[in-house]
Amino acid sequence: MPSLDDLRKRITSVKSTQKITKAMKMVAAAKLRKAQENAEKGRPYSEKMNNIILNLSAGVSDPHSAPKLLVGTGKQDDHLCVVLTSDRGLCGGFNTNIIKKAKNYFEKIKKQGKSLKIITVGSKGYDQLKRQYGTYIVENISFKDSKNINYFDASKVGGLIIDKFQKNDFDVCTIFYNKFKNVISQIPQAQQIIPLESVDKNKEENLEISYEFEPDEDEILSNLLPKNISTQIFKAMLENSASEQGSRMTAMDNATRNAGDLVDKLTIQYNRSRQAAITKELIEIISGAESL
Amino acid sequence: MDQFNLEIISPEKSFLIKKDTIEVIVPAIEGYMGILKDHIPIISFLKPGIIDVKSKNETLNFYVDDGIVEFKDNNLSILTSNIFDLKNFDKNNIDRIVKNAEEDLKKENMNDQERFILDQKIEVLNSLKLN
Repeated sequence: MPSLDDLRKRITSVKSTQKITKAMKMVAAAKLRKAQENAEKGRPYSEKMNNIILNLSAGVSDPHSAPKLLVGTGKQDDHLCVVLTSDRGLCGGFNTNIIKKAKNYFEKIKKQGKSLKIITVGSKGYDQLKRQYGTYIVENISFKDSKNINYFDASKVGGLIIDKFQKNDFDVCTIFYNKFKNVISQIPQAQQIIPLESVDKNKEENLEISYEFEPDEDEILSNLLPKNISTQIFKAMLENSASEQGSRMTAMDNATRNAGDLVDKLTIQYNRSRQAAITKELIEIISGAESL
Repeated sequence: MDQFNLEIISPEKSFLIKKDTIEVIVPAIEGYMGILKDHIPIISFLKPGIIDVKSKNETLNFYVDDGIVEFKDNNLSILTSNIFDLKNFDKNNIDRIVKNAEEDLKKENMNDQERFILDQKIEVLNSLKLN
């Protein structure tokens, strides 16, 4: 049975923790609004970019001459996985969900006897993966220093991927991130970016408009595809940051509520033991008086 | 007047959406290109230059570094990562970009196309400074 003093100390400590989580929730909520706005603003660009590429690739007649970024190297042996996580913790299942999804995929690849390379973006992902998959991690990038997510950072990652692709380091590239659905639900995603995932056939039929190209088709494609990779990474980073804030907000909301419950419970316990101590003293006095 | 839709999108946001454009002149890679309503579908790249947007009431001018332009069904989309409104494009900013471009131009390992684009950039920006 903890003493009254211990209980009082615990109550204050839980209360101050509650204050911290409440403040973090408030900060996350404010940041979330901005991040969500950014994610929504960024969507048209990547969608348009995808559309243009779809239109272009529908027109590619000879798959052998098409750029390798679009159709792949023809092999599926070497896989590169880019795992996008956050740099900060205390955001609920945000990082764990991505890692779980990624780990499943890693195991699948390893079982098939294919080679695996990992690039982690964000320090939390690196921390969680280095123990089990340390030997596979080829690069660890963190944008801790840049305050906002910007296209420049994304194009750095994109450039790195393309660089590796041109050196024939891998055949298939997949990125892992959380897609922001709403504040309480973020869906971990695995998106294959090299080769570009094949389009639904029925979708293609609607896109049969003959375009004029300037310069020619091949040149546009070979210029556009590297840009698209950066764009996709950028989109993933935006979605991720919105998801991170959303996830943190929910987690901190839960923590605040838990702390409240705990304070209630401890207060009841405190009051009970205080009452018990008083009763005990009274009994002692009465029985002392009786024995005289 | 025949009008069509224009959308200029940068990775961060939708930069400009206009529904009453009459003519747009874009700096396509093979030369400036004017687009009017019912142009045939086209996809092209942009080189550094000035975009002129003409609508009934106003004319807007933007400077772009690079980008992609797509025209389809009377919808013109311009995707670009670097765009500035000429109205609030100050001289210091121009100087800085020109300087960076000149630095880049000094590098050895460059193909003709990259060199051409950088030359274009410097030329356009310098002409802006004169006005």
